[in-house]
Amino acid sequence: MAPNSSRRSGHSRRAQYSVFTGYLLAGIGALIGAGLLVISYWQPSAFADLRGAATDVAAPAGEGAAVVRGGSDSFWDRITAYYQAGQQNAALREEVEIARIRLAEAEAVEQENIRLKGLLGLSVTETEPVAVARLVGSSSTSSRRFAYLGAGRDDGVEIGMSVRSARGVVGRVLEVSRSSSRILLLTDSESVLPVRRATDETVAFAEGRGDGLLRIRLINLGINPLEVGDIFLTSGAGGYYRPGVAVAILSEKTNDGGIARLIADPSATDFVSVEPLWQPEAVESADTPIELELAE
Amino acid sequence: MERYSPAARSDRYGSRINRTQSPLRASIVPYASILIGSLVPFVLLADVMPLAPPLGFLVLIAWRIMRPGLLPLWVGVPLGAFDDLFSGQPFGSAVLLWSLTMIALEMIETRFPWRGFWQDWFSAGLAIVLYIFAAMAVSGAAPTIHQLIAAVPQVLLSVLLYPIISRMIAWLDRYRLSRSRRIG
Repeated sequence: MAPNSSRRSGHSRRAQYSVFTGYLLAGIGALIGAGLLVISYWQPSAFADLRGAATDVAAPAGEGAAVVRGGSDSFWDRITAYYQAGQQNAALREEVEIARIRLAEAEAVEQENIRLKGLLGLSVTETEPVAVARLVGSSSTSSRRFAYLGAGRDDGVEIGMSVRSARGVVGRVLEVSRSSSRILLLTDSESVLPVRRATDETVAFAEGRGDGLLRIRLINLGINPLEVGDIFLTSGAGGYYRPGVAVAILSEKTNDGGIARLIADPSATDFVSVEPLWQPEAVESADTPIELELAE
Repeated sequence: MERYSPAARSDRYGSRINRTQSPLRASIVPYASILIGSLVPFVLLADVMPLAPPLGFLVLIAWRIMRPGLLPLWVGVPLGAFDDLFSGQPFGSAVLLWSLTMIALEMIETRFPWRGFWQDWFSAGLAIVLYIFAAMAVSGAAPTIHQLIAAVPQVLLSVLLYPIISRMIAWLDRYRLSRSRRIG
């Protein structure tokens, strides 16, 4: 198919000018885009308000999609459950027995904890979540990994707060608008999270790779002590995340650490909770330039 | 009196007697479909890697290739700005890339005026591949080899989806031009 003959300018001066103007406007548009892009790199929060307002408007649609998503998950679960009922039953029974034993042990540990805390004069601190909301959307076409949360400034969410599901850490709040907020997921390639191994004090950084896996980079180099199957928890360093929340499980060993899979899969979670900054003072002091600190 | 077959009174856009096209519908449908295309990937939850095809971009090039001249050449600016609000890319990336795509498709069309399905698919596929990797380059994070590998399924899905999208746009185009307004 050839284009319309009316679109060919031919000898008509007027048509030639309109074609030229079209190219000119499109070229100027591309330049405007490049300019906006430079501003976005230079001041990442420059368009946050605009983006936030748009997300606020679109969030209810995402809320609906989230409900449907939750429903469809359980629908498939229900179908697969029929096929696996028998063996699942046996496995669960065994698991319950082990869990009872572990529970008894945990009670003993708790008792001991209370006693020791009493000795030290520490009060029991349980962090209350700031907000509980659904993940309403994500940047599913972009190579960056962001998610959008259906709670915002009005619900008390602030930049830097950690977001977790029942299973573990999901990410960190990056931008906040009135009724929605943007979250940097752990799998984003710009995300770095200080972690430690659950069984000992081996500290490391969990960096997103951008393909759904985390790279565990050990801080102390030497012989790599990690084993496949090791579980990593937040260490609390940096002050953003409360320590002791599950992050990832090691699936592969490398020279300087390993490759780990996420424990909290955001797309499988229904609700997530936003937790306050664990140590606001530490975050604040990390943000203060050293020159300013010296001048005070 | 000779009777006409009833089918002769209508064509694919509906009855030809006392019906006319709605100018509002004819002008709104392309833009609305592109905006909805930009919004759909927002509500999908892809936490692990980019999976959803850039639907807004696909719909834009499908309209552009199927109805040359319908969308003005500068249309990448407003539509790209809307897409940037929801795509998670730094603001301005779609404004830039969509404008460049419009210029490139215009030039391809001037150079090769006679074209068919395979050439359309080829140029659209090329545009999609280049767009996804260019969007990765301007995403604000240094692209890693893992990201490139993770983008391959998305690229394949988008390229394979293009013929289906263009059929859907053809259907939308028939809807756009259907004679819905009653006159007289």
